[in-house]
Amino acid sequence: MFKKDVTPGAKTKVKSSAQRGIRAKVTETYPLLEPYIDDILPKKEQLDLVKLPDRVSLYALGTTPLFFQHMDDALLPHLALVHKYPACFARVRIDRGAIRFVLSGAALMAPGLTSAGGRLPDPSVADEDEYAYGKEDLPAGAVVVVEAEGKENACMVGVLKMGTKDIKEKKKGAALEAGHYLGDGLWRLSLD
Amino acid sequence: MAEAESASRPSGSFPKQVLYCGVCSLPSEYCEFGGTTKKCEEWLLQADPELHGRLYSQDAIEANMAALSVDAQKRAEKDAQKKAAKAEAAAAREQEKKATSKVVIKRVERNKRKFVTEVTGLEAHGLDLKKVAKDFGKKFATGSSVTKMPGGGEAITVQGDVSDDIYDYLVEIYPGIPEDNVECVEDKKKKGG
Ligand SMILES: [Zn+2]
Repeated sequence: MFKKDVTPGAKTKVKSSAQRGIRAKVTETYPLLEPYIDDILPKKEQLDLVKLPDRVSLYALGTTPLFFQHMDDALLPHLALVHKYPACFARVRIDRGAIRFVLSGAALMAPGLTSAGGRLPDPSVADEDEYAYGKEDLPAGAVVVVEAEGKENACMVGVLKMGTKDIKEKKKGAALEAGHYLGDGLWRLSLD
Repeated sequence: MAEAESASRPSGSFPKQVLYCGVCSLPSEYCEFGGTTKKCEEWLLQADPELHGRLYSQDAIEANMAALSVDAQKRAEKDAQKKAAKAEAAAAREQEKKATSKVVIKRVERNKRKFVTEVTGLEAHGLDLKKVAKDFGKKFATGSSVTKMPGGGEAITVQGDVSDDIYDYLVEIYPGIPEDNVECVEDKKKKGG
């Protein structure tokens, strides 16, 4: 989505009623963020909306980007926010070999998730893994944070193109829609 | 790979602080995938010696290797070399651009005795136009803003005739811009009187 450099467009203040709506939307989409919502979107602070190319809106607090949204699609967290609250999102993991492809903006392919180094939620996983990537399969359309083998921090966030069950069965094809990855135009965007 | 199963759900207190690389802006653990790994490593050694020790230790490197097949390692290596070469070429181009890009300070006559000063070309020297415009405004106590130029591109438009002052200020504050590259010109508008 942000393979090229992103030039920010007009910045507008989000009205407080709309700001409440966004808070509600965030906690609805990411219930695990609820305990931190006052830190992330303080009620008294002014949220800004920055227009980005291709009908993407970016919500930011001062110079800190928080969430972005293509038209009326799901609100996706900026990776810097994901890094601050890593446990609050649905997660999958790619193997080490897939990292460099993701960082160059390629679509995330299923084998990167189904190989030995990859992780997906799975109802049948052993207990020690259960805590890790969840027992509940995720449907197509779910927002996921993509972590990487051997890395602490996530490298991508995007929307599942296939449900995780499908990914495990088919083991091929694109697993994620083009999302936001480390080093892309959104990551490099400075709101100073 | 004897990985201390980092797969467990991240816990601890949030927000978590992540150190981002001062060179490539990624979390330092991802520097190895950029084209500036060498510089990144040097930066981290200064910024966080402890993390540097963890990320660049022999153990860490071996563990990384073990996670990939020999073939995949070779491909990744080739890819890394290509990236490094690209980054170097880009840095060289950037350097070249900076050395040759002109900054033009133009005095424009608005109507009788009213002038604005248009400054173009600063972005090629890596300056943020909005910030510089603000600085000009403060420094010369006048209106100063970033404006779109008719032919594309952006200029900083400062109210009043401050071309000489801007010249001195730029040369003094930004030693990265060669003085020979800064040029003052005058533009007398004929049309519309
Ligand atoms: Zn780096």
